[in-house]
Amino acid sequence: MFEATELNIRNHKVERLWGLLFLLMTVLLILPVLVILGVLVYKGGPIISVDFLFTEPKDGMTAGGIFPALVGTIWLVAVALLASVPVGVAAALYLSEYAPDNWLTRMINLAIINLAGVPSIVHALFGVGAFVLFFRFGTSILAASLTLAIMTLPVVIVATRESLQAVPHAFREACWNMGASRWQTIRHVVLPNSISGILTGVILEVSRTAGETAPIMFTGAAFFLPFLPQSVFDQTMAMSLHLFVISTQVPGVPEAMPFGVALVLIGMVLAMNAVSIGFRMYLRGKKKW
Amino acid sequence: MQVLVFVGGVSAIIFIIGIFVFITKEGLPFLLGRFDIAEFFTSPRWRPTSEHNPTYGALALIAGTASVTGLAMLVAVPFSLGAAIYIGEFATGKTREVLKVLVELLAAIPSVVWGFIGLSIMNPLIIKLFNVPVGLNVLNAGFILGLMAAPIMTTIAEDSLKAVPDTYREAAEAMGATRWQVILRVVIPAAKNGLVAAVLLGVGRGFGETMAVLMASGHSINLPTSIFDSVRALTATIAAELGETAVGSDHYRALFTLGIFLFLITFIINLTADLVVRGIRKK
Repeated sequence: MFEATELNIRNHKVERLWGLLFLLMTVLLILPVLVILGVLVYKGGPIISVDFLFTEPKDGMTAGGIFPALVGTIWLVAVALLASVPVGVAAALYLSEYAPDNWLTRMINLAIINLAGVPSIVHALFGVGAFVLFFRFGTSILAASLTLAIMTLPVVIVATRESLQAVPHAFREACWNMGASRWQTIRHVVLPNSISGILTGVILEVSRTAGETAPIMFTGAAFFLPFLPQSVFDQTMAMSLHLFVISTQVPGVPEAMPFGVALVLIGMVLAMNAVSIGFRMYLRGKKKW
Repeated sequence: MQVLVFVGGVSAIIFIIGIFVFITKEGLPFLLGRFDIAEFFTSPRWRPTSEHNPTYGALALIAGTASVTGLAMLVAVPFSLGAAIYIGEFATGKTREVLKVLVELLAAIPSVVWGFIGLSIMNPLIIKLFNVPVGLNVLNAGFILGLMAAPIMTTIAEDSLKAVPDTYREAAEAMGATRWQVILRVVIPAAKNGLVAAVLLGVGRGFGETMAVLMASGHSINLPTSIFDSVRALTATIAAELGETAVGSDHYRALFTLGIFLFLITFIINLTADLVVRGIRKK
């Protein structure tokens, strides 16, 4: 009675076939990237050493290491975080805890989508027009970092909002019933329960900020600087721009060097992402509610 | 404190308006003066540095952007929708988690690294495979851009498949439908708007990509006739030329005008995607 009919068998075959086809498409999507990463490691791996990381470029950037670019990227990311994390967390708090469902909230959401969608080179133009010229910061770490901060703001907002909304509503109600104000509830109940989720978002933002090139090209990153930046009003080298420069603008660079720079950059970014993803999974497993 | 939170809340609106105001401020003198709309959209001659007769025709740049984005979508749309269906509907347990993490990591690779890959790995490969003199062309940039846009499209498409309630699937399965029939006849139609939005956001991403296109497209002004022609994109033109212009010159303001054009196009794409998604929620 429960024997498979011919139709059952055919259906089963068709289903298997489609499943295999989609699996193949998924594999074809991921495989080229893994091959490319393999080539990067193979060609760039041998050049990476303590010396490469901690010495300055020499002989018109055809020899030596990447230390100023590495330090510059850290500066840029740090200043960008200082600017964007408070604003982003405030924005997420407003959207998750205060915002009524009205036209203003819809406008804010649309603006966030657009901030994330505007081309990076347009953010660069904005940085030049606003920070370099109008606010007279000149081409400096400050101008470049603020441009990066605005560009990556949606990352912080979206991640923070998600982790705020993951705190059960009952927690807030319990707190309100004790007579706490909205802000006291946020300060003592909502934020402590979502701080690790916010951190995940911040790590993700670090990785995004470190890899960006176009927004910093004209606002504060320099092709070559023999010294390290001393303040936020100095220009600086950066890993991403350094990769662009030595692979397109400088003749006579040994082949392994740009591969090495690309490998260090991608290593930084992927490591940050992996930490963020791992952290998120750990939190999901640990959640008590 | 509430005031501060509110200011933070509306900051995104302030910034998006600020971006529009500041790029318009720099571009406006050109738009009101030298700008010729017919020349801009119909002439392929972008020669802003010519001493006697600078011309500002953006047709070749628009064609460059369109050809690269078009090829990228041709590569990325079927594969990322296929991958989304596999991850969302076929894969289970560990496989699914691993694939999702992999896709997320792919989306994180910086665009300058993609550009470098186009330059140093794809370029010699294309020269060897197709026996052409230059490997930096529409094919190279389109392929790279496709690989870049695919993870984002996969993630959004998978989200919209996941948003289809399980009760739909159970109802169809109870009627004796196979899993493939359920996907084709029930899940995909129900998730249609989200899938369209995923494609739109992918197009927006391709359109606005700068560094990868700058490095992999060959960067020569051309109306492409084949995928082996080098082209130059709108975004790449700004990135390559802004550093060499004097602040306040016609050329400088013309680049900001390109920026206004890019801003408006991506704004329209994002707005459309948002309206399409909102369409499903209303129902």
